[in-house]
Amino acid sequence: MTALLVAFLVSTIAASTPLLLAATGELIVEKVGVLNLGVEGMMLAGAIAGFATANQTGITSLGVLAAVAAGIALSMLFAVVSLTLQANQTATGLALTIFGRGFSALVGAGYVGIPAPTLPKIHLPVLSDIPVLGPVIFGHDILVYLALAILAVVAWCIRSTHLGLILRAVGDSHDAAHALGYAVIPIRYAAVAFGGALAGLAGAYMSLAYTPLWAQDMTAGRGWVAVALVTFSAWRPFWLLIGAWFFGALMYLSLYVQALGVAVPSALLSAVPYIGTVVVLVLISRDARRIRLHRPAMLGRPFQARV
Amino acid sequence: MTDAAPSGPLLTMTGMTKQYPGCLANDHVSLTVERNQIHALLGENGAGKSTLVKIIYGVVKPDEGHIVWDGRKVAIQNPGHAQRLGIGMVFQHFSLFEALTVQENIALGLGSARERVGLRERIVRISNEYGLPLDPDRVVHDLSVGERQRIEIVRCLLQNPKLLIMDEPTSVLTPSEVRKLFVTLRRLAAEGCSILYISHKLEEVRALCSAATIMRLGKNVARVIPAEKTVKELAEIMINMDLHAPTPRPLAPSSAPSRLVLNKLTIRSPNHFGTDLKDISLSLKGGEILGIAGIAGNGQSELMDALSGEILAGKPDSVLIDGVPAGHMGPHDRRRIHGCFVPEERNGHGAVTTMTLAENAFLSGFTRRALVRFGVIDTKKTAAFAENIIKVFDVRTTGPKAQARSLSGGNLQKFLVGREVLQEPAVLAINQPTWGVDAGAALAIHEAIMALAAGGAAVMIISQDLDEIFVLADRIAVIAGGRVSAPVLTRDATVESIGRLMGGGSAPAAAGEMAVA
Repeated sequence: MTALLVAFLVSTIAASTPLLLAATGELIVEKVGVLNLGVEGMMLAGAIAGFATANQTGITSLGVLAAVAAGIALSMLFAVVSLTLQANQTATGLALTIFGRGFSALVGAGYVGIPAPTLPKIHLPVLSDIPVLGPVIFGHDILVYLALAILAVVAWCIRSTHLGLILRAVGDSHDAAHALGYAVIPIRYAAVAFGGALAGLAGAYMSLAYTPLWAQDMTAGRGWVAVALVTFSAWRPFWLLIGAWFFGALMYLSLYVQALGVAVPSALLSAVPYIGTVVVLVLISRDARRIRLHRPAMLGRPFQARV
Repeated sequence: MTDAAPSGPLLTMTGMTKQYPGCLANDHVSLTVERNQIHALLGENGAGKSTLVKIIYGVVKPDEGHIVWDGRKVAIQNPGHAQRLGIGMVFQHFSLFEALTVQENIALGLGSARERVGLRERIVRISNEYGLPLDPDRVVHDLSVGERQRIEIVRCLLQNPKLLIMDEPTSVLTPSEVRKLFVTLRRLAAEGCSILYISHKLEEVRALCSAATIMRLGKNVARVIPAEKTVKELAEIMINMDLHAPTPRPLAPSSAPSRLVLNKLTIRSPNHFGTDLKDISLSLKGGEILGIAGIAGNGQSELMDALSGEILAGKPDSVLIDGVPAGHMGPHDRRRIHGCFVPEERNGHGAVTTMTLAENAFLSGFTRRALVRFGVIDTKKTAAFAENIIKVFDVRTTGPKAQARSLSGGNLQKFLVGREVLQEPAVLAINQPTWGVDAGAALAIHEAIMALAAGGAAVMIISQDLDEIFVLADRIAVIAGGRVSAPVLTRDATVESIGRLMGGGSAPAAAGEMAVA
């Protein structure tokens, strides 16, 4: 029973990590008023870039860096088209996802079914050996802790720093921010790059830690869940964390039920985490007034300074 | 130190030219603001005032022209540059962040971390010193428009400006708030901060400003001393035509039947920053114009939506149009029973800006003008309807095929009011009938509303412009905090008595009416 609980908690945390990374990035992007639907594409690009680099060099940390770079590169493509050239953000984001999927499949064709070095699990003497708590809290790889740390820093930054205030201001009214002399477009570029970096990191986690392999479309829609998480958490970091963990838990449970051989179609079971997370988050955030209160007022609206 | 002793004008602009696609917004405009001066900038909508001001504040780059600021020639690059030069601006549509607190909003307006040291204390000190009380921790969306304006002024004052630009500062204030603002502005000017004051309210300009530059169609037309001119003279220079007051109209007979009745209308606003409507009861007779005065954000838009059916009232009985319970009906059903509506926002609410005038005429008029036959749009009839609106209301446009967004604000508003008036409504509700509309168009709209009432319709006007309400309405009620005061006859009301109610004062009139009942 204890072993089952430990396995449950450990895999919940592992499954929630890529979601958390990608959603934290998207949170910052949306806070400044930009809607980037290309998260899934950036995650896939990060996954293959990380996997291929780690496979070629044998160094996982280089793979992680390559994944971040790939995420940023794709996000900059999005930024140029949607922020500088003012194309519709929704369409551009969708195109980015399609591009990321196709591109990663092309590059990854030669990497299917071969191993790459895996991100090592941290092992702290004594601490990691405590029963239950040890493996659950101290037995993960570095990205798990990084994801939580980034979320904490982002939450603090949004809430309590002048930088966070500027980000919120740009998302609340870009015209007012511009009138006050803030450089709306460069700030948005930076936020989009941050979102891209974290999506890339989430991809690296998928291909180097979670399932250390490359398979086409291996993110399996997690990028979309991340985008949904941001909205349904009403742009609040704490609920983002709860949502990500909930997804992870359902992921494990559906696998577990499958393993028990319950007579439910497996396709339906694999859909449960996605449906369940969205349903629960919709229930949490069903107050339309609160959504409107926290929603960055400029979300998805292009900004053009009149000159 | 490059600063010589201050001499000569503070700001001199010559030959300012700015061309927008299809519109020469500024055509060699000049402007001189002296030190310690409150200088008015006058002109109709579209005269180019905003463009000129945006050039001063670095938001817009001019194509041609020279700016001499404080004795030195400058090219103002951006708002940050303008602020460093000592130019502050209070915007017409406030440049505030709704979801942030007062202190956060002000912090955003100050560049460096050094300037933000001890900000809280400085906000409190300056706001007390100038009679602009503010609580740094309140969130902006909870504040009245007057308080919001104070934030902007305090934000500017924290930077010790030499020139403060104010764009229509009083259009959103109660009469007593206006008086307080004037005291503050006079004191600022005396202390060495010049003020560039943009307003439509000529009476105020005469009282406050020592010089005025008047613009028309992107050009300078005059520089005058406002106190030496009458309001009528100033207005005629602005619009270059004779103005005549609308003809007065006899009161509706007290025996006329009620055409619009609100019965304890109570509605929760769908908008988080909105105002809930509480227990509103009103009754309008045919031939009557009721004016609803009030400061922006006190439930006007919710009331308008409840009248038009965009928000459903729940109980059918809470809205009666010509005796028919309509609280549960959407806009189309209400139009079918002779209710017509003109919302506040022309662009995107009253009109679909990317559609043609004919299409826009169709969208609201298809039921009452029978513009659909067997599910197909009767294009001929629709075009004729639009053509008729354009003709009757003198809408300056190329024709029914013109896009709504190609019209100026005043012309589009005339079209939208005309669209509803020509549907021969029994009940017409208009929110802000002449907001941002030039004097000529405003007069035309006022006359149309009066003619409609003279024809037996009940008209409700929701407006923040007290002058407009006093000109048009037979009775005046005030909306404050989602409640509507008991209406009083216009001839018994004064600007002061209405102004008190707008500020949320008690409503002695309500007690009076109860005694009569």
